Amino acid sequence: MAAAGAGRLRRAASALLLRSPRLPARELSAPARLYHKKVVDHYENPRNVGSLDKTSKNVGTGLVGAPACGDVMKLQIQVDEKGKIVDARFKTFGCGSAIASSSLATEWVKGKTVEEALTIKNTDIAKELCLPPVKLHCSRKKGMRNISLNASMEVY
Amino acid sequence: MLLRAAWRRAAVAVTAAPGPKPAAPTRGLRLRVGDHASQSAVPADTTAAPEAGPVLRPLYMDVQATTPLDPRVLDAMLPYLINYYGNPHSRTHAYGWESEAAMERARQQVASLIGADPREIIFTSGATESNNIAIKELEAAIQPDTSLVSVMTVNNEIGVKQPIAEIGQICSSRKVYFHTDAAQAVGKIPLDVNDMKIDLMSISGHKIYGPKGVGAIYIRRRPRVRVEALQSGGGQERGMRSGTVPTPLVVGLGAACEVAQQEMEYDHKRISKLAERLIQNIMKSLPDVVMNGDPEHHYPGCINLSFAYVEGESLLMALKDVALSSGSACTSASLEPSYVLRAIGTDEDLAHSSIRFGIGRFTTEEEVDYTVEKCIQHVKRLREMSPLWEMVQDGIDLKSIKWTQH
Repeated sequence: MAAAGAGRLRRAASALLLRSPRLPARELSAPARLYHKKVVDHYENPRNVGSLDKTSKNVGTGLVGAPACGDVMKLQIQVDEKGKIVDARFKTFGCGSAIASSSLATEWVKGKTVEEALTIKNTDIAKELCLPPVKLHCSRKKGMRNISLNASMEVY
Repeated sequence: MLLRAAWRRAAVAVTAAPGPKPAAPTRGLRLRVGDHASQSAVPADTTAAPEAGPVLRPLYMDVQATTPLDPRVLDAMLPYLINYYGNPHSRTHAYGWESEAAMERARQQVASLIGADPREIIFTSGATESNNIAIKELEAAIQPDTSLVSVMTVNNEIGVKQPIAEIGQICSSRKVYFHTDAAQAVGKIPLDVNDMKIDLMSISGHKIYGPKGVGAIYIRRRPRVRVEALQSGGGQERGMRSGTVPTPLVVGLGAACEVAQQEMEYDHKRISKLAERLIQNIMKSLPDVVMNGDPEHHYPGCINLSFAYVEGESLLMALKDVALSSGSACTSASLEPSYVLRAIGTDEDLAHSSIRFGIGRFTTEEEVDYTVEKCIQHVKRLREMSPLWEMVQDGIDLKSIKWTQH
């Protein structure tokens, strides 16, 4: 008697479980809290990944960071005679936010003069990518990007 | 459809006290990306939200963080969540008596998994509480010069098995208490508290396909180990842990232990095979991959690999269809890289490049193959984006470079 009742109960409970509303799909497959879609976009559709000829005299290369810190960025710019940046490339060893920041940086500097490019700030990049507060340390990395940019300017 | 049928089969085939071992492990309520793309665990007659569409969830390869409930465990718990809701400490009516009987049955199931006497098992809210009780015991020790050794049985980050029996032998000969946090080991490798001379052991429910919010502490009776209660109240659990014992949760823990005892050998063999498959396939397709942790004294279901020149968090972001974990600083709340990897002497850049793959009772071969394929694809891609890989390809020795600080 008790067993039959328990069996019926069990089936009812199982049915209840299976029929209960589930979380909307996006909660699970798109963890927007952790990876903003802009950040993921820069990884999946990378802009300007690669290298320029570092021996060319129009090309400036900046390399900052350390593998032991989990962050290394290489930024290269190609500048024409008038001082305008015509091409930029990056390579990054670092987290998703670092990759996205460097990618965005190369997009922004193209077409600007060297002086204009130097005015780009870390906070601008962080805001554009909607980096969450937990990634504040990564804004230091934007500082790195700046240093890298400066380094590449100097080399040029 | 297939999943629902499997679920029903599992639910019907097993009774509250799990009986004969099924032929193959039943799959839990998870979806696989790919084949089952158009299905969901909700039957078609439910009106789904308009924008939901086909429901895709990542593969679950993070069993060290937590495990899904084994259907047999849920089956055991349900009656106590719905019908048999008595307080197990109520002495005066059938509701209390039947809950108490269930609680004691669960206690026996936990005890028999580790070779203990049921009177030595105290239910807690989890391994963390058990650890705290065990450590606090140090202050309550009778002799002022008594000390305590506490060691993890299986490490949750790299899967290394500690030589528990040898440590137990040493402690017992020196009259020192020996505690072990066996959260990742119980039900996965054979443990016997008497053979291994363990005095205190912490057990966690949700690491062994049981419910969250419950665990146990094993406290040796002979020779008696005295502990001080963390929380005081009605004196339940022999005064060592006051508070009503949550019957449905402990029934779940007991069922999880019994299932684990039956499945241990089969699971270990199957998981070893899958782990071998994962490691071999990754290593033969990718150069410069290091496995962290001693390969001999190792639990196969916890694989920690470092992919040189690729940062861990970026790889996790790339592997968005698979739920994994990393030892890199970016993934921890404290922004410190894994202390375990640091302790075993891993180079810091490799610590930032580590990924932990968890293989469990319900992991399938297809899931492992998919994970391996995606991992190889994305590591190659990230290496193309990595200045370190480029420098190594050019023949530069990275250790010779003077890096800038920031």
